[in-house]
Amino acid sequence: MLTNEQLEKEFQAKIDAEIKIEPKDWMPEAYRRTLIRQISQHAHSEVVGMLPEGNWITRAPSLRSKVILLAKVQDEAGHGLYLYSAAETLGVDREELIEELHTGKAKYSSIFNYPTLTWADIGAIGWLVDGAAIANQVMLCRTSYGPYARAMVRICKEESFHQRQGYEIMLKMGRGTPEQRQMAQDALNRWWWPALMMFGPPDDKSIHSAQSIKWKIKRQSNDELRQEFIDKTVPQAEFLGLTIPDPHLKWNEDRKHYDFGPINWEEFYQVINGNGPCNRQRMRDRIKAHEEGAWVRDAALAYAEKKQTKKTAA
Amino acid sequence: MSKKEWPLWEVFIRSKNGLNHKHVGSLHAADAEMAIENARDVYCRRNEGVSIWVVLSSHIVASDPDEADALYEPAKNKIYRHPTFYEIPKEVGHM
Repeated sequence: MLTNEQLEKEFQAKIDAEIKIEPKDWMPEAYRRTLIRQISQHAHSEVVGMLPEGNWITRAPSLRSKVILLAKVQDEAGHGLYLYSAAETLGVDREELIEELHTGKAKYSSIFNYPTLTWADIGAIGWLVDGAAIANQVMLCRTSYGPYARAMVRICKEESFHQRQGYEIMLKMGRGTPEQRQMAQDALNRWWWPALMMFGPPDDKSIHSAQSIKWKIKRQSNDELRQEFIDKTVPQAEFLGLTIPDPHLKWNEDRKHYDFGPINWEEFYQVINGNGPCNRQRMRDRIKAHEEGAWVRDAALAYAEKKQTKKTAA
Repeated sequence: MSKKEWPLWEVFIRSKNGLNHKHVGSLHAADAEMAIENARDVYCRRNEGVSIWVVLSSHIVASDPDEADALYEPAKNKIYRHPTFYEIPKEVGHM
């Protein structure tokens, strides 16, 4: 019998050798718990993320943009399902995870607690929010836990359409009437900072980061990913003819990166802790959808049982 | 002499950690344990796998090929689900 210490040593050696961890492999309890927390919160974010966009399905400006938005929201639901299944390989129950979301025990990405006020917000979400999510998720395609990595590969393939449709909306509005251009600028003004916060607290304040990097659950730090996103996005904003709402934003030739202004972390913690503009509304809508859907789940189960009984009787 | 036959099992092999189990074929075995051992002998003689799944073939529910048209119809006309549907100017670069 190997001691826990020996098992942990072997586990870390596997990680260091880039061997993926699969559900039946031995893993430290803390690794399992970290993954359950991270994957379920990721799943919750996909599901809650449907709400701000769903807000615009009935008011999309054309049939074309409506079917596209429907397809995107449908993808987010699918992404939530891939992730819940990945979490379930770690021995948790889906109902349990959903319960944790509804009671507020589990978090979801704070970005979805901001309102979608105009159609340009749908463009900004696809471009910036999905853009930031992609930066994070591309990294996670190489995460050490097999089922999570495979779910991420699937998701990344689908996300590309999300970002492109968002940028297309921004392009159209940027080249539209002065009012449309103003709407696009206003959306960028409101979504820019919350999008930067999506990468999480700065490295020196991030409680889970060091261990996650050692276990190769994450492979880049919050600050690295944030910088990567900014460097990629600034030229895209310039092409749109829009101004990023940061007076400190400036190319730094020595660092070969953009310097940027301070992020309001107080706002981030306020939103995470339930005080964002839409936290209560999001949870209310989510719980309502779950409760009002209960009869459908019950009816399907009752029907399946009835069919089974008929089959056995026959 | 019993006329009862060993049931059929479907075999799935993971060739290496990080990859999905993939269906490789089927075999007969009296129980799950024997199915795993037989799968090792039939499908993994040259280190083809690091993990084996066996499932009773009778437990697999398959879609009906005759109904494929109707089944996949919802996906056929939705070209906007593909990234290439959206034109991103060259100057913007990869997205």
